[in-house]
Amino acid sequence: MSVEYEAVVGIECHVELKTKTKMFCGCANQFGGEPNTKVCPVCLGMPGALPVPNAKALEHTVNAGLAFGAEIPSFSKFDRKNYFYPDMPKDYQISQYDMPLTMGGTVKYWLEDGTMRECRLTRIHLEEDTGKSTHAGSGDGRIAGSSYSLLDFNRAGVPLMECVSEPELQSAADAVAYLESLRRTLLVLGVSDVKMEEGSLRCDANVSVRPVGSTELGTKTEIKNMNSFRSVERAIESEIERQIASLRAGQRIVQETRGWDEVHGVTHPMRSKEEAHDYRYFPDPDLVPLEIAAADVERLRAQLPELPWQRFERYAREYGLGSRQATQLVDNVSLSGYFDRVVAISGNAQQSSNFVLGELSRLANEHDVAVAASKVSPEHLAELVGLVDSKKINSKIAKELLVRMWDGVGSPVAIVEREGLAQTTDPGAIEVLVDGVLMANPAVVADFRAGKTNVAGFLVGQVMKASRGKADPALVNELVQKKLSA
Amino acid sequence: MTEIIEGSAAGIAAQVNARQAGALEIAEATLAHVRAVEGEVGAYLTVLDDRARAQARRVDERIRAGERLPLAGVPVAVKDNMCLEGTRTTCGSKILENWIAPYTATAVARILEAGGIPIGKANCDEFAMGSSCENSALGVTHNPYDLSRVPGGSSGGSAAAVAAYEAAIGLGSDTGGSIREPGAFCNLVGFKPTYGRVSRYGLIAFASSLDQIGPLTRTVEDAALAYDAMGGYDPMDSTSINRPLEPTAGPWRDDLRGLRVGIVREFDTKKLGTDLDAIYQKAYADLERLGAELVEVSLPTAEYGVPTYYLVAPAECSSNLARFDGVRYGLRVDGSDVRAMYDNTRAAGFGPEVKRRILIGTHALSSGYYDAYYVRAQKARTLIARDFERAFARCDAIACPAASCPAFVFNAKSDPYSMYLMDYYTIPMALAGLPALSVPCGWATPEGGSLPMPLGLQLTTPLFAERLLLDMAHSYETATGHATAHRPALDAVRA
Amino acid sequence: MASDAIDIRYVAKLARLALTDDEIERFGTQLGDLLGHVNALSDLDIASVPATAQVVESHNVTRDDELRPCLDRETVLSAAPQRQGGFFRVPRIIAE
Repeated sequence: MSVEYEAVVGIECHVELKTKTKMFCGCANQFGGEPNTKVCPVCLGMPGALPVPNAKALEHTVNAGLAFGAEIPSFSKFDRKNYFYPDMPKDYQISQYDMPLTMGGTVKYWLEDGTMRECRLTRIHLEEDTGKSTHAGSGDGRIAGSSYSLLDFNRAGVPLMECVSEPELQSAADAVAYLESLRRTLLVLGVSDVKMEEGSLRCDANVSVRPVGSTELGTKTEIKNMNSFRSVERAIESEIERQIASLRAGQRIVQETRGWDEVHGVTHPMRSKEEAHDYRYFPDPDLVPLEIAAADVERLRAQLPELPWQRFERYAREYGLGSRQATQLVDNVSLSGYFDRVVAISGNAQQSSNFVLGELSRLANEHDVAVAASKVSPEHLAELVGLVDSKKINSKIAKELLVRMWDGVGSPVAIVEREGLAQTTDPGAIEVLVDGVLMANPAVVADFRAGKTNVAGFLVGQVMKASRGKADPALVNELVQKKLSA
Repeated sequence: MTEIIEGSAAGIAAQVNARQAGALEIAEATLAHVRAVEGEVGAYLTVLDDRARAQARRVDERIRAGERLPLAGVPVAVKDNMCLEGTRTTCGSKILENWIAPYTATAVARILEAGGIPIGKANCDEFAMGSSCENSALGVTHNPYDLSRVPGGSSGGSAAAVAAYEAAIGLGSDTGGSIREPGAFCNLVGFKPTYGRVSRYGLIAFASSLDQIGPLTRTVEDAALAYDAMGGYDPMDSTSINRPLEPTAGPWRDDLRGLRVGIVREFDTKKLGTDLDAIYQKAYADLERLGAELVEVSLPTAEYGVPTYYLVAPAECSSNLARFDGVRYGLRVDGSDVRAMYDNTRAAGFGPEVKRRILIGTHALSSGYYDAYYVRAQKARTLIARDFERAFARCDAIACPAASCPAFVFNAKSDPYSMYLMDYYTIPMALAGLPALSVPCGWATPEGGSLPMPLGLQLTTPLFAERLLLDMAHSYETATGHATAHRPALDAVRA
Repeated sequence: MASDAIDIRYVAKLARLALTDDEIERFGTQLGDLLGHVNALSDLDIASVPATAQVVESHNVTRDDELRPCLDRETVLSAAPQRQGGFFRVPRIIAE
């Protein structure tokens, strides 16, 4: 008999905030650049330099908290986390210990099939990033075996928001969906670029497993070194499997930090700490407390945009869009704004979505121009949707029209009228065309009657051609079939 | 020229503004005098000849262009824990022995903007930790009134420089008494403003919640001039107070009528011996003679000041001094790996007092001890501040000794705690953030000594009442004139 | 109140200070003595007293998100005990 296990996962994210300047000084907060060129006495931890908090970073953090429905305590403060590390200029990090800017909250996320789920947040706090170390002298750039390290402090002091989730995620897929939702939300708020590849989003996962039905948490491990959402998913999956296999083999899980090995697809125990960290947190005497007025919180709350999960629900529930289309729209803020305007006029969400995500996005990619910046206005696209909707034109004509609209011809209604492109839906007129085509192609008609029914398509095409594309394709098809079978 | 440089900062500025003397002339005279007395005094770690001349020329140009500057041509000694761009800034420590500051402290910049001339960087106890200047790793400073005695500390170099006429204004920093005690030992006015009044930006931190820059001067008026020039909000220091600064350098009141001065019941001066008791009782009587009403007040928690301070200040210092790690600047002593490099660098770079305080502070913040030590000390700090609040409900200012003895001889305090007790009278005010100053109040020849040594009366007022504080001190100074009773015991001065 | 004992070796390790045996003994005695004095604070009734972190009340001091000039890189690196190109250089870091 074998016990069934379930996983419990928590995610800790570090998010670099998008500000012009660093957390406590006026140096540029910018990715990359020549080493040690974006530094000053403050972010280099020079003797006598003092920190002054960036108001924008505080606002970003409060906004993030509000977006997740967190509580914004009226009192908050900065603390010093003391430990020595070469890339940390002051050998303490200004962080928040027991009074973070935001407490609690919930991240709503959805799975690929559109199922909505929730994971509670413990807290979000604000701190400063460290510099970057490059380990050299070993050839492979890794810390183990290196003979010296090179330090660049451009990143030192960049505002860093730490979002800690409760251990409530049930699988690797859950964890990734949670991260996706977190990323989308922070992007919509404009508080971060949230790019894992540039390190503006970094995350660690706490993973444990327990027998299904148990309410007690198992021993957890902390997984580090995951550099993409894909590696987060693989690492968590692999770790869950490893833990279950260990337990089944009668072993115990050791509480430890494990590093994800992308190449071999496994987690390894990282060298354990020489001593338990004793960070000696205490209130930073260089900084004064933060008192956040309820009125300011309400002002920020009122300014929150529609959040990705809210938008997803609106598309899925109200508009009846499929999960994939809804997600695609949610993921492109400017596109979904455009889409919303089209729907507002056309009233047909599905058809609007088809155009926006289909032909229009194809054109936009081809020309490397954002849809919202193209010559196709939402009003004109809505007209096009209306023309198709009312069967005034067929989809083929619509596509051709859209290409011309992309080039800037303006209102499709006007063109259809001017050029007489309206779809022919008069059965009499179409019947004349069908008869003409059948008479001109006796051999094909004979083939059909001999059983090669697939040649009907050719005949339908000929009729459409004769109508210059304007005939209602459904009607043409119906009449061709009818005549051939007569 | 000797007359000018031995005069007050106010006098120098008046002459330079009136174009009766040039800033460059005064700078040259001061530098020459420094060369003459430094062998005896040792106030400076670095003398800034070129910098002083360049600044003096600039001041002369500005005066010629019609500007009037409150500190025009005034020679200034800058404690070597304050940054001045392009100059060596050591904190009296081997770990920063060769560090060139790449920026200027706000307070120093303001003094220079007001026309001050930086003569040199003055010696101090290493990282401002000490009460005698003996903890400097880079030099020995002697008390100009008796070269066998200490100048006090930690701002001992600034105090000795001003006492020996090597500057008219000494910039000091006070964490537990480091301006007031050397002020008392060197016959000066040593003024610590309210915490947050003078920007700490560019002041190398010892204990951030206590450190405060202030002047050491030969007159109260000079202290007020220096304070007016360097005080006020600085956007680079989150803890600097954004509140208008009322000018303090006069006009002065004639007497102390209508003011109540609190005498602290717990600070019984009989404990200080007959001579000192008589001097302080006379000082209190003089305040009364000037029209003040003396009232007894109580500071029941003040005796906990020293233990409270020796938890709070080391805790903050243990963290503030972590950055001296041999990575970005300062001394490095190599090791097989970065960890060993840290251990070796800090072992070689810090002196014993700094090490003691780092250790005790690390202990007070460490897991399992935080509540028992650090939090308890912070709560005691609240009680001490409340004591003062209650006392100030009954009086306008408090008068007490600035130190329990006059300047002592070198190596007199071998036990660290006996040195810590030197700050017994100055620590409570620092913990409460209050403005306080020491003003000369008499002379006593210490046992075993042959020369009379100065003593200081400490006056304290409520938060932000600097104007009242300086006004009272000015009144007392004018009425008593203790500072001019003796001259420094220096060959170059006596000659 | 905690005891007067202080684990000098542990504290020195946290503080990254290499101490000689002599220093360990001397500092151990001196700091034990200081802790003895400090223990006087246990006489105070502090149960309901708030802690003072900053003595002068102030809050929400922030700055606008505006650029200020950085330091010149040569100035910065000229202070470095060891540099390599545009970087600060340190001995190998033993992973912890």
